[in-house]
Amino acid sequence: MPALPLEEAGKYVAGAYVVFLALIVVYVAILGAKITRIDRELGQLLELEDAAGREPGGPAEVTEQ
Amino acid sequence: MERVYSKGFRPLAIATVLTTVAAFALIFFYAPLDADQGFIQKIFYVHVPMAIVALCGFVAGGVMAIRHLRTGERSWDMRSYVAIHLSIILGTGVLITGAIWAKASWGHWWVWDEPVLVSFLIVFLLYCVYYPLRFSIEDPERQARYSSVFAIAGGAFVPINFTAVRMAEAVTHPRVLSQTGGNLPGEMRLTFLVSLLAMALLFVTLWKLELTSKHASAQLKRLRSRLELRAEEHPAAQPVTR
Repeated sequence: MPALPLEEAGKYVAGAYVVFLALIVVYVAILGAKITRIDRELGQLLELEDAAGREPGGPAEVTEQ
Repeated sequence: MERVYSKGFRPLAIATVLTTVAAFALIFFYAPLDADQGFIQKIFYVHVPMAIVALCGFVAGGVMAIRHLRTGERSWDMRSYVAIHLSIILGTGVLITGAIWAKASWGHWWVWDEPVLVSFLIVFLLYCVYYPLRFSIEDPERQARYSSVFAIAGGAFVPINFTAVRMAEAVTHPRVLSQTGGNLPGEMRLTFLVSLLAMALLFVTLWKLELTSKHASAQLKRLRSRLELRAEEHPAAQPVTR
């Protein structure tokens, strides 16, 4: 086949690069969501740990170094 | 927290961004237009590096699986899993960008009698089986062991498949990285090599990022179990809720 004119070829090239970028963006977004969830759960655990440390008979409070 | 996977992440991420920007600049402002295909040939710089890195990722997954079986360390199974997972994502990109290029270049989205296309599809579909195999096994030890065996078999299949395709007669798909250097002129070759480096760095960066995320998730799980145990030992303390 002869080479496509720039206007028509541009759509295909843009499509290919958009597919590549979309894959990376979606992947990073999913990873970001997972890291956010880990951060939130870690915060909740820390709050519970702090609350447990304040209870009488609870575990001794851990001090930051 | 122990920095198992995140060590050296920042310079790696910076190198990835810089190389990717350089690759894009070279692709669109430096590399000349192909005399035969014209502007459509620009897809080559994303399609081929993605394919090479995806295939190398499958082989790397197999090598890491060998280390898992030799040492018994679960971390190697996780490394292998993440490498295969990322390679499948890149493989999806290879198939889609390849189909776009085929449509623009040959007038068809797919050509079934072309060994390069069909062999890549076979490798891709083979690795798609990895997920149901891995996640259908509940016991973590067996899951890791069986997944490693699959990764080794698959990793060995990839170079064999690649060699077989090289030996086959080309119908329509061109051969790149041949002994003659793929007949790429200097500017195109430089652009291609920078694109390949950018793709490889992107792969390693995302691999480390996902491993760090999985490691943090596992650490969190261990911490939760420990706190639950402690809450049982000290009933007066507030129970740990999910």
